[in-house]
Order: sequence, then structure tokens, then C-alpha cells
Amino acid sequence: MKSIAELEAIRKKAQDSVKLRSERDGIRVVVGMATCGIAAGARPVMMALVEEVSKRQLKNVVVTQTGCIGACRLEPMVEVYQGDEKVTYVKLTPEDARKIVAEHLVNGHIVKECTIGAYEK
Amino acid sequence: MITLKINGFDVEVKEGATIYHAASSIGVKIPTLCYDERLKPHGSCRICVVEVEGARSLMASCSTPAANGMVVHTESEAVVTARKELLDLILANHPLDCLTCEKAGRCTLQDLCYQYDIEESTFDGKRKSYEKDASNEFYTADQTKCILCGKCVYVCSQVQNTDAICFVDRGFETHIGTPFDMGLSESTCVSCGNCVAVCPVGALMPKRKEKFRYWEVEKVKTTCSYCGVGCQMELLVKDGKVVEVEPVKGHSNDGLLCVKGRFSYDFVNHPSRLKKPLVRKNGVLEEVTWDEAYETIVDKIKEIKAADGPDAIAAFSSARGLTEENYLMTKMMRAVIGTNNVDHCARL
Amino acid sequence: MDLYRSHVLVCGGTGCVSSESMKIIESFETELAKHNIEKEIKVVKTGCFGLCEAGPIVIVYPEGAFYSMIKVSDVPLIVEEHLLKGRIVTDLLYKDHTTDETMNSIDDVGFYKKQQRVALRNCGVINPEIIEEYIAYDGYQALAKVLTEMTPDEVVDIIKRSGLRGRGGGGFPTGLKWEFTQKAPGDIKYVACNADEGDPGAFMDRSVLEGDPHAIVEAMTIAGYAVGACKGFVYVRAEYPIAVKRLQIAIDQAKENGLLGDDIFGTGYGFDMEIRLGAGAFVCGEETALIASIEGKRGMPKVRPPFPAIKGIFDKPTLLNNVETFANITQIILKGADWFAGIGTEKSKGTKVFALAGKINNTGLLEIPMGTTLRETIYEVGGGIPNGKAFKAVQTGGPSGGCIPAEYLDTPIDYDNLISLGSMMGSGGMIVLDEDNCMVDVARFFLDFTEEESCGKCTPCREGTKRMHELLDKIVEGKGTMDDVAKLETLAKTIKGASLCGLGQTAPNPVLSTLKYFRHEYEAHVNDKKCPAGVCQALLQYLVIDDLCKKCGICAAKCPVNCISGVKGKEIYHIDQERCIKCGACLVACPFKAIKKG
Repeated sequence: MKSIAELEAIRKKAQDSVKLRSERDGIRVVVGMATCGIAAGARPVMMALVEEVSKRQLKNVVVTQTGCIGACRLEPMVEVYQGDEKVTYVKLTPEDARKIVAEHLVNGHIVKECTIGAYEK
Repeated sequence: MITLKINGFDVEVKEGATIYHAASSIGVKIPTLCYDERLKPHGSCRICVVEVEGARSLMASCSTPAANGMVVHTESEAVVTARKELLDLILANHPLDCLTCEKAGRCTLQDLCYQYDIEESTFDGKRKSYEKDASNEFYTADQTKCILCGKCVYVCSQVQNTDAICFVDRGFETHIGTPFDMGLSESTCVSCGNCVAVCPVGALMPKRKEKFRYWEVEKVKTTCSYCGVGCQMELLVKDGKVVEVEPVKGHSNDGLLCVKGRFSYDFVNHPSRLKKPLVRKNGVLEEVTWDEAYETIVDKIKEIKAADGPDAIAAFSSARGLTEENYLMTKMMRAVIGTNNVDHCARL
Repeated sequence: MDLYRSHVLVCGGTGCVSSESMKIIESFETELAKHNIEKEIKVVKTGCFGLCEAGPIVIVYPEGAFYSMIKVSDVPLIVEEHLLKGRIVTDLLYKDHTTDETMNSIDDVGFYKKQQRVALRNCGVINPEIIEEYIAYDGYQALAKVLTEMTPDEVVDIIKRSGLRGRGGGGFPTGLKWEFTQKAPGDIKYVACNADEGDPGAFMDRSVLEGDPHAIVEAMTIAGYAVGACKGFVYVRAEYPIAVKRLQIAIDQAKENGLLGDDIFGTGYGFDMEIRLGAGAFVCGEETALIASIEGKRGMPKVRPPFPAIKGIFDKPTLLNNVETFANITQIILKGADWFAGIGTEKSKGTKVFALAGKINNTGLLEIPMGTTLRETIYEVGGGIPNGKAFKAVQTGGPSGGCIPAEYLDTPIDYDNLISLGSMMGSGGMIVLDEDNCMVDVARFFLDFTEEESCGKCTPCREGTKRMHELLDKIVEGKGTMDDVAKLETLAKTIKGASLCGLGQTAPNPVLSTLKYFRHEYEAHVNDKKCPAGVCQALLQYLVIDDLCKKCGICAAKCPVNCISGVKGKEIYHIDQERCIKCGACLVACPFKAIKKG
């Protein structure tokens, strides 16, 4: 180790990989991964989310899974938690997922057309 | 300098001196089984514990440095109680065969038990039992009598630098042994007997050629005649016969001896030992006077030198001569006789 | 580095490894592959979580689901339900003994609530075999700070001000030790780490080495800089293969990354270290014996002075600290002396790790602030005594410590309080004893240990512990007299006062403390020939209660030595005490509870 900058670089990179274990604040993206979700295509959606979050090095985002959310007909479903706020997206494709990362997670604009509210109208 | 009080007396000692040193300097004798000034203090036997006012526990005087203002008691009630308890513990694991033990009369344990009125142990438990190792030519090691003071081990490693013996096993099973307990004859022991000399009890004893008691012998201080080092020793003489040799602290030997000085004293009383010069006359060795012997030597040298030249003569001198004597021998051969044919037994 | 949606942490501490946690890891890997989700979920082998009672332990993040007592056969279920479908397998979650509630998250477990993890901060959190994970949790930041921003004097000063005391048992102020070594004259100095953890039941040092080995590498390098040493030795017992392996991996990784070796961080300072394996002698935990062993000699204590700080390894000034002591160093550097001094009591700062064992619900490793009371530790963290039994005593400090009775349960734990109760901190063993433990037998157990582990050098310890053991044997066999008890006490005091090293000086503590607090138990053994706890076999009697005996003869049938006589259906059965071997088979066999132990 020739410099502290090197150490810092390793630390930054490594922190990404372990933050899942300590990060409880920030944004939690929860994918419904029960049988219904998986059958409807939740896995590609989840992979797209993980890939996109990782590519953009979003440090405060945790992508995780949950069981059946209850509205099986609307799967694949994703819920985004931020503070007390919760946004529920439904009937997602991997492309939608990428868009949610880019617009919602990065820029803070909810992707209205994919929300449960828009679909149920 | 450091000033302290021992048994009420003021003592002044150099920095680094132990309580034991300080006490000795004013003639206060602190008993010990394991102390030897040639060794690094190791504090094994704990008999030398003393009471230091204000200290949490008793201190081993052999290894506790004297400090300014210390107030020391070497025979207080607490000290005596502890020493008695320790002697009780040692005796619980030591045979009470003083009647036949060859060490009797010179056994530190015996002396201390006498001093502190310990007749027998109050503990009635397991005792150690080992087979005596008699594999060495000159001495025996009886672990059953060993009190594990450690002096033999440390003399062997720190002073003699042979490292033939060490502690083996742990706890109650601890004993002094050679590698893999294969016996002294299989070890690197050089039979110097310095371990035997420091043993405070009868665990390490010289093999005796005849029976004697230490109180029967007369001690004759002398210089070892084997080589030119000049080791000081005492011959133990019973009825005009040397029965044992012990090292004495001399400038050149500091209380050590080698295998020859320590154990090879047979020749002194040997019936075929030469005491007068012999000259061969008509094929038979005859006793003659010293004058006649010297004359014979001078005549022969002259005769040979005249007939065959100085190089026909050679001299071989002995390590039992002093350095000066050996010097004179070469001088005589080269300057008087005129040859370089001179050699010495130590070169072989 | 890949990003994962979930991390499965499996405990790789010795306790869990011995209950097949390695097979659990393998099984997770195959099961994940079977479901094609091995790219989404990372399986991490960590150090000890501390709650060994509940091992093998598996924690699944991000939920923090805390699975306990996992078997290989449970793995497919966890993978399928939790990892694939996202439904936590509630049946396998850890249940708290005190509340009987199932705990979802590690944070909710009572065992962890009162704890404050400083020395164990990374244990169970990082993968100890990956240096990057350690760095991610601020690893080597303290070293960087020390080497680039601080002078050796400043380092010594911060350790002094923190109030940290030696965690190996003696409790000597660590900063002072550092200062003595720093000021000792000499070109060559050494730093040594005492990882020869030998107290039966204590395993905090092992857990740190297994769970966070880099913390020791980093702390020793810092210590080397502070005292002016460029070489370190870690003396680990050979009975800790996992710790040795992980420490070696850590040393190698630190070397590869230039965190050990010459010119660390380009500052010109160099430090190297190596592992020395112990050969299994308890006494080698004593510092002078440890040094002798590192030098290749027989591990026997030497007289002090000179202290290791002046003449240590190869007669050079040596700083010798225990593993747990070193584990605190980086945190003190990073968070400051005041932060550390803010934890604990007036004279004992920081936290202490304890290995909780015996009659306690949560067997395991815990780290609590100094000053936590024994009661909080045993009842809140430890979860209390199992099976509704009554607490009798807690034995602290391993074989060198003593037994503390119930009336002192509210004593805050610190070095000085434990000593004043006749026990000691020691390395942090804590064995809880309940009404079923016989205190004479407990004392005898520890004497058995110290007697065997005495190095044999000094008279009181070698001969004295043997005689104490024999006296205790006599008492538990019902052959003791009150004279023997008096003799035991005098002997114990002599050994305590006259022994050469700490082993001998503390060996009588179990006897002295039980004599102090539980003398009535000794008296019962001697005068009434009874063992009140019903432990000492020779004093036990199995008796048939005539009123309850239904003359069925089952007891006689079960008796292995045929010492029970009677006539089936006609005559009450009777046990011949002369021939009875006290195996207890009759007591277990009797369907009518007609046999009593007394």
C-alpha cells in the first residue's frame, strides 16, 4: 500500500459490497418474489434493478425481495420505500425497472405510468 | 546506593543488589535450596521468602531487588510459617532415608528441617518414585530424591553450556531428565559432575568406591594436577585415602571441575602408582634415586646427540605441567639440544 | 465486485464449525445453484456471532433474519422459502429464552441488546478471509492515521488517556506498558500478542482471531510504531487451527497489500510479523513463560524484574498484550480516548468480552460495558438459569478465579470489584453454577486443572496444588475431617503468597472463595457426610421409599450389580448400600418415583 488514497479506493469499492448488512436507511426497493411474482416474471425485473443500481453505484439503495404482496394479478410488483413514503409499481418489465432506477431512484421523479394508481384507473 | 533495613539493621547496597545480597552483606543468612550466585536468579524453591513491610505477599529474597526504604524481616512469624509449610511440602515427596542416605551430613534439606523442627511431613499423599539412573560411569541420578530446585539444569545450561538435562513433564510429574528420558549415558552429558556438586540433596551422587560419611573425612585443599588451568579443589580424605573430590571456588575455576579433576582420583592411592624413578638395568626396571635418574637422562642425551645429531632426539611434554614448565621444555629442546622435535599431549 | 440482493452469513467459528457449519455453507451453495440464484445471493463465512448455544447460526441480510440451530437438512427450506420466495422460515428463527418470543432480526435478540461490541465489532459481520471487507468497515484507517498524522508519543498518550487495561487478566494499564517499552533502551524491540488462551471455557481470543484477524495485524503494527519495534510475534495455541489459518491469511493479505512489510503508506515505517504455535501448556499464557516458549525454550515462568518491557524476547524490550487488548486499539485511535474512557467505570474503562457457560440459557460470547452488573449479565444477556433452577454462584476468571455467590449479584463487573470479592477478571470466563452444583466439587475440578498445568518449577505450586487436590478428594469422598479443611485453608494461603508466577498465586482462588462463601458445604461433607447438591458420588445414597414402592421389581431388574433385593408383588425392595455403585439406574427406572437420592 503506497498511499492512503489507495486504501480509500479499496474501502469505497468494498463498502458497496457489504452495505447490504448495515444499510437500513435510504431507499429500499422491494420486489415481490413469491411464487406468483416469479411466475409473472419478477426475476428478470429484480435482476434488472440490481444491475442498474450497481452500474450507477447508488449507495443508499437496497434492492431486496419479499413474499407475496397480495395483489397477485398485478405482479411483477415492486415497492419503493423512502422515509415514510411508499410507491407501488405494478406489472413491470425489465425495461420499466431500469426506468424506475433512472427516474425515481436517481432523480426523484415517480414513474407515474407504472404505478398502481395509473394501472387501476 | 540503596539503603534498607533488615531485621532492624540498616544496610547499604549497590543498585541492582537483591535482598539476599543485602542480607549476606551484614551476615544475615537467609536459607535457600536453589540459590547459586553463578546462576541467573530463578526463584524455584521459595524457601528464601522474606517479609517486606507493605508488600502484598512474601517476597523471594534471591530475586527481589533491594529498594530504598524497604523494611525486611527474614525470620518473622509469617516467614517461618511459610518456610515450615514449604519444607512440609517438600518432605511429603522426599524419602526419609537419612539413616542410609550418602548425602547425610551434607544435605541442605536435612539441615533446614533440623533448623525449623520439621520431623516429618503432615501430608499423607502420593509420593514420586523413579528408577535410579546409574548409566553414567561416575555418578547416579535418583529422581525419587530430587526436590526440583533446578540448580543442576541451570548449571548444565548456563555455566557448563552442555544442556544435557532439563525439566520433563508438568505438574506433580515434573522431573529432571535427558531427551526422551533415555538415560544419562545416551545424553550429551560430559560427566563434568558440576550438577552433582550443586545438588542440595542426595539426588545426584558420585559413585563411591568405598563407604564413608561426610563427618568422617578430612578436607585437603589443593590444585588439580591434570592440566595447567589450576582448578581449586578439596580432597576428602578418610584414613589417609582420597575418597572424593569436590570443587572449590578458585580464580580460575569458579567452583567448577571437569570429569578428570572431579572423578579421576583413583591413581592417588593406586598400588601401581609410580612414586620413585625407575631405570632399566639389564632389561629390568630398577628403583633409583632422582639424582641417578637425571644423570642417566643427561648421559643418554649427550650420547645420542654425539652419535646421530640433535634431530635424533624428541621431547613430548604433558598437559599436567604448567604453562611455564611447558615453555621451558621447548626452550630446552631448541636452545640446549638444538632440535625442533618437541610436542605436547594437548595437541592430539 | 458483484452486487448481491441478499447475503447469507454463516458462522465459521470453532463452535459452529464443529456442528457442521462448513457443510451448511456447501449445502447453501448447491441449493442456490439448483435454483439458479447463486448470482443474486452471496454466502459469507464469518467469525463467531457469540451466541454459541444457538449454533450453527445463519443470518440472512438485508432482513437480518436470525436463524439458529440450523442443520444441513434445513438449508433447502431456507433457500426455497426465504431466498426464493421471500418468506422468512419462522420455525427456524432464534427463540429468546426469557420471553419465548421468536425473533426476526438479530437486533431484537435479548442476548445482543445489552451488548456493546467494540472488540467483537466485526465478528459475525465480515468475512475474515477477505481483507477488502475489513477495509470496508474502516479497516487500516487507524494505521493510516497513526503513521501519517501522529508521533509515537501521541499514540502512547492516547492509549494512556483511554484508560484501557490489559484484557488478559492482570488488568495492567496498557498505555503504561506501551510507555515502558517505548522508553526502554535498545535498538531492537518486539511486539508480541498473547493468544495462548488456556482457561477452560474461555474463547474470546479465538473468536477475535477467527472473526477479525486483521484487527490484530493492524493493532500490532500500530503498537510497533508506538514503541519502536519492527517485528511482531503472535503466540497462538496450536489447538486453534482455524484461528491460526485465518490469521496467516490476514498476514499474507496485509503483506500483499503493503500493509505489512517495508515502507507502509510510503512513510518509511516497516513492520513484519509471524505466528508462533504453542505446544499446549497452560502456563505459556503467563508472559515470561510465553516469551521463553517463543525463544524455543521450555515454557517456564521467570522471575520478574526484569519485566518484558525491559528484557523480553531474546532479552530485548518487548511489548506483550493480549488479543482482546489489541482488538480495542484501532477503535481508540479512530474514535478517540474520550470516547473509550466514556464507557465503563471509573477505574475500568471500555467493554469486556465474557465467555458465558455452565447453567445458563445463552451459552456464548458477549461483550458488555464494564460496570454492567453480574445480575444483568446473567439474567438479561445470558437469559437466566435453565429449567427454573436456582442460581448458586458464578465462577469468573477461569481456574485462577473464584466463585461469587448470589448476594453479590448486583456488583458492577470491573477488575477491582472482582478481586475484592476473591475472584478476578481473568481472561473473561464466566461459569454459572446452579443449585445442582457442589461447590467442593467445583473447587476440586479447578484444582485438578491447575495441578496438571503447574509447570513444576516452584515448590508451592507443584507440590502444594497436588496436596490441595488430595485433601479435596478426601473431603468429597466423605473421609475428610475439619482438620483437613483447616489444613486446606492454610496451604491455600501459603501457595497464594509464596508461588513464583500468576498461575500458582491464583491457583488457590477457587478453594479460598468457596471456603469463604460456601464453608457450610465443606462442613456438610465433613460433619454430616452429605453432599447438599447431590453431586459427590461417595456421599450419595439411593433409597427405596417404602410407602411408594409398588413391589414391581423393575429397579432390581435394571440394577447392573444386582444389589436390590425384594420379592415381586410381595416384598418391598431394598438397596444394599455396600454393593451399590451409585449409577442411578434404579432412580430412572422406577415408574412410581419410589427411589430417592440423598
